[in-house]
Amino acid sequence: MSAAPLTPVLSRGWDHERSWTLDAYGDYAALRSALRQDPDEVIATVKDSGLRGRGGAGFPTGMKWGFIPQDPTQPGGDKPHYLVVNADESEPGTCKDIPLMMANPHVLVEGVAITCHAIRAKKAFIYVRGEVLHVIRRLQAAVEEAYAAGFLGADVFGSGIDVDVVVHAGAGAYICGEETALLDSLEGRRGQPRLRPPFPAVAGLYAAPTVINNVESIASVPCIVERGADWFASMGTEKSKGMTIYSLSGHVKQPGQYEAPLGITLRELLDMSGGMRDGSELKFWTPGGSSTPLLTAEHLDVPLDYEGVAGAGSMLGTKALQLFDQTTSVVRCVLRWTEFYKHESCGKCTPCREGTWWLVQTLERLEAGKGQEGDIELLLDQCDNILGRAFCALGDGATSPITSAIEHFRDEFEAGMHTPAWDLFPYEGSTAWAKPATDAAKGATA
Amino acid sequence: MSGLDSARVRDDLQAIIARYPQKRSALLPMLHLVQSVEGRVTPEAIELCAELLDLSAADVNGVATFYTMYKRRDVGDYHVGVCTNTLCAVMGGDAIFSRLREHLGVGNDERTADGKVTLEHIECNAACDYAPVMTVNWEFFDNQTPDSAVELVDDLRAGKTREATRGAQITTWREAERVLAGFPDGRADEGPSAGDASLAGLRLAQQHGWKAPGEEGLDSQARSTSDQPPVERAEAGDGSAEAAVAQADTQRAESETKIDDSTTPPAQREDAEEAE
Repeated sequence: MSAAPLTPVLSRGWDHERSWTLDAYGDYAALRSALRQDPDEVIATVKDSGLRGRGGAGFPTGMKWGFIPQDPTQPGGDKPHYLVVNADESEPGTCKDIPLMMANPHVLVEGVAITCHAIRAKKAFIYVRGEVLHVIRRLQAAVEEAYAAGFLGADVFGSGIDVDVVVHAGAGAYICGEETALLDSLEGRRGQPRLRPPFPAVAGLYAAPTVINNVESIASVPCIVERGADWFASMGTEKSKGMTIYSLSGHVKQPGQYEAPLGITLRELLDMSGGMRDGSELKFWTPGGSSTPLLTAEHLDVPLDYEGVAGAGSMLGTKALQLFDQTTSVVRCVLRWTEFYKHESCGKCTPCREGTWWLVQTLERLEAGKGQEGDIELLLDQCDNILGRAFCALGDGATSPITSAIEHFRDEFEAGMHTPAWDLFPYEGSTAWAKPATDAAKGATA
Repeated sequence: MSGLDSARVRDDLQAIIARYPQKRSALLPMLHLVQSVEGRVTPEAIELCAELLDLSAADVNGVATFYTMYKRRDVGDYHVGVCTNTLCAVMGGDAIFSRLREHLGVGNDERTADGKVTLEHIECNAACDYAPVMTVNWEFFDNQTPDSAVELVDDLRAGKTREATRGAQITTWREAERVLAGFPDGRADEGPSAGDASLAGLRLAQQHGWKAPGEEGLDSQARSTSDQPPVERAEAGDGSAEAAVAQADTQRAESETKIDDSTTPPAQREDAEEAE
């Protein structure tokens, strides 16, 4: 176990002068070292490190790579392989990959080149959401620099290995963060998820074997190759190895990015970062974006690793810790998230397309204090008709904030039968510029 | 006569197509490019993309209408986004949006009469640690208030130069769309590496001397370059891509001579750590 509570590795050079340039980054030493190894050796190292996907699902990265058929007689084995980086960071609350790519795009590009070698792909795509212009500029510039330095392109470092990288900007669709929808989008189609199987490892981009990994997962590869699987696995907990970036936002003194070994608790993060803002008490929080069930102050000591958060009835997700204080209406928050899911539903399956619409109708009444008898049961029934019945995880995710909010704050939904949320929790009081909460406001949640 | 008829546009569209193993993959960047030329996705642009990709206009239309960044109505020089997803909304995004709507006299996704500003409430833009967040032409304006938002749009309408909090000098929406199509505008070197919130954990670790295993006692790692003096450069914005590449080549030549001793094997560092 590592002794230090914070372990900046990925975020280590973010404060360096012109950190986004090759000058500041270095010479791709990890790529050199990887290219001297057999691809299977690189896969084995990543497997041994215990690295799990940092995009939310937590699937072991090395194992995912190992699914790519390398025998030409296997299904898909005779086709070219592709690497696709999921840089479509859009899960509400999630804000780790964007600063990483802004400050240090080269660690991602180097990770891409190493991964291409490991899975024997000659072409990689970085699918980055379109709404982050400057991040796209930095990625484009990093790829251009890497080509000019001979770190990408034909015959990298004289190894005989070719790696091409295309930076591909999306166009505004949350669903494209879902890996198969992302593939459809990258093929120039509407971003709608695909039925699995076949899994992308066998039939992904252009129906060829494809690895899709989150930005942070791929960016973690160079340090694993360079310092070893054991080094990486020396951080974190038994089943959740390594360091990761936690994103703190909301009613806290010091929001921001905190890179720590997996398993740190929210209490520890708050203690070291100055805690809640003046006058604030933690009311509820998301451990990993809005699609992960809400937790409360009871859960401050839950280890923030895959198992710990699952044990508390939620999910580690993207480690997007959004904290809300006692001035916040949970009904208002849940409605807004639900409006988001309704807006972003791709329309492919009925439970999600229609269900999110109905959820919004019901929640709107409750926010306005015009709820009807039975609305809470109606919401739960609607959620029950979406969860597990939708085509992809977007539908399931849409139900998480609702069912968890009703579980923890049923009173507030009951109050929605007669009192508008903005009367119970004046919205001005939650803003970044609000004066410290008064005792009267605190009383509202008691 | 449409701007799409120019040879340059055709060449650019072909250049996009050439990036991909299968040409239909070019469609999203092509639609960004036509927006940079036309100010929106026009019916002519749909036809052109369909022709170049051997698709039906209906196929292209189906894609263009799916994604919110593609606009059917003319967009102003400045696309102003206000995040009203939950966290930003609660932190003040709702108040900012309603103030701007009133101030500009437009509704969501509408353009001001002078053609300058299009206002839109946007979904989470991955900057929650800077809430409430706005964007101009998809550049970040962090930690906004209703007053700062009004000042921002007034400056933009008056033609004053504004720089993003974490980004470059604001250009026009059309120029931004061209970058999204994959044609760099040379502004990558503008702006900071990171904002304060992005560095919050790093600074805390530095204050306390917290480091990853194997880094204890090391002030800097071989792979990172904190011990290298920052290269003297012209002011941000002038650092051209060519200069950066020239620098990179020198760097590479030097580093190649010492490639094999560039790192301490992880195992040794691990041992050293455990011995402490």
